[in-house]
Amino acid sequence: MAVEEGLKIELGKQGVFVTTIEELYNWGRRSSVWPMQFGLACCAIEMIATTMARYDLARFGAEVFRPSPRQADLMIISGTVTKKMAPQVVRLYNQMAEPKYVIAMGACAISGGPFKQGYNVLKGIDRYIPVDVHIPGCPPRPEALLQAFMTLQKKIDGQHLTGEGRPRHLDAEAQGEFPVPEQGEHDLEPTSNPGVWPLPVVIR
Amino acid sequence: MKTVEEIKAAIEAAVPGAGVQVVMNPGPSAQHSLLLEPSRAVEIATFLRDDSELALDFLSNVTGVDYLAREIAEKVKVTRQVAKVVDGVEQMVDETVEETRKHTQTGYLETVYHLFSVEKKHGPVVLRMRTKNRTDEVELPSLTPIWRSAEFQEREVFDLYGIVFKGHPDLRRLLMWDAFKDHPMRRDYVEPDDFEYEPTAHDEVLLRAKEHKAALEASGATSQEGTGAAL
Repeated sequence: MAVEEGLKIELGKQGVFVTTIEELYNWGRRSSVWPMQFGLACCAIEMIATTMARYDLARFGAEVFRPSPRQADLMIISGTVTKKMAPQVVRLYNQMAEPKYVIAMGACAISGGPFKQGYNVLKGIDRYIPVDVHIPGCPPRPEALLQAFMTLQKKIDGQHLTGEGRPRHLDAEAQGEFPVPEQGEHDLEPTSNPGVWPLPVVIR
Repeated sequence: MKTVEEIKAAIEAAVPGAGVQVVMNPGPSAQHSLLLEPSRAVEIATFLRDDSELALDFLSNVTGVDYLAREIAEKVKVTRQVAKVVDGVEQMVDETVEETRKHTQTGYLETVYHLFSVEKKHGPVVLRMRTKNRTDEVELPSLTPIWRSAEFQEREVFDLYGIVFKGHPDLRRLLMWDAFKDHPMRRDYVEPDDFEYEPTAHDEVLLRAKEHKAALEASGATSQEGTGAAL
């Protein structure tokens, strides 16, 4: 932050607007996050409700659902990801242009949910692609999706354009494509991407 | 509606040598079913649909059942001759003894069809067909040419049980992907061992997670845990 927060407010009162490129750039990015028009199960119904007049996702600049991954910035994984669908989800994510973000919406998308022990359901999409915001709930209410959206906006706002932890599109070394799992004879191969999902430690 | 026995008689009158058996349901629903000979099933099904009195024009449901091979113990009365001393004289006497005999019944796969009549407002009539075994002779005739609604359901049965329907117009897997080799609804299906991360395991899942960990340690692999964030 080049200008102190207090000084900035003081200058604002005097009619002087001071900002940084980073702030302006991130303000622009977070105010027009276009989600991909893409639903997987019942959570998609809540996602649709969020976009309609009552909850009005348009207030956050995200009302334009793009039916093409090429024009989308945000992928909302809204519902159960079956093992049959998982390769297509990863492929769609790869086809999105940077900068791109992911919200895993609902119990199924974050862990497999009530179908976790099924032979046909992926135990969380974060095994293959990086997820920015997880929302629990079955399904989460539209308010929860709005909350997740605001969390994502905060995250975008806080991203520095240089240095460690900068957005992937500004990092020439960053990995932008994630391997699509193969549909094997018994299960997906591999069953997870260790680069994205290192096995978490369970602490009891 | 006709009872199963009456339907059986009607089928046997229309299709000579149909070989229909009645499978009784001892439960309170008393929904008895007809076990068809697979080689005559298409003829029988055509009759059931076209007969003016039955007019079973609507196939509501097709499902599969998996019966594993099982050992059946039966008590049989056997008469044999035993040497005995009767009135001081040794004689051969017939004696009846109860014996337990065991035999193994080969496992089989079964399809069940539920038929209704929209025209006559009656049903269900339940049909069954059984394969010869569960491994190589798993073919049954498809009833899709008679009731079009069987198409997807027979594909599902093929997918999940591995029954091959002869005469089906488009027999592909319906739910699982094409490269998938198993049949998940079979009773001997082994699920993929993906219990590496179970933060809230209990009951059977806890057991499986422990087994997974033990197998991992036994194989000498170092634990994959460690790099992720603690929960």
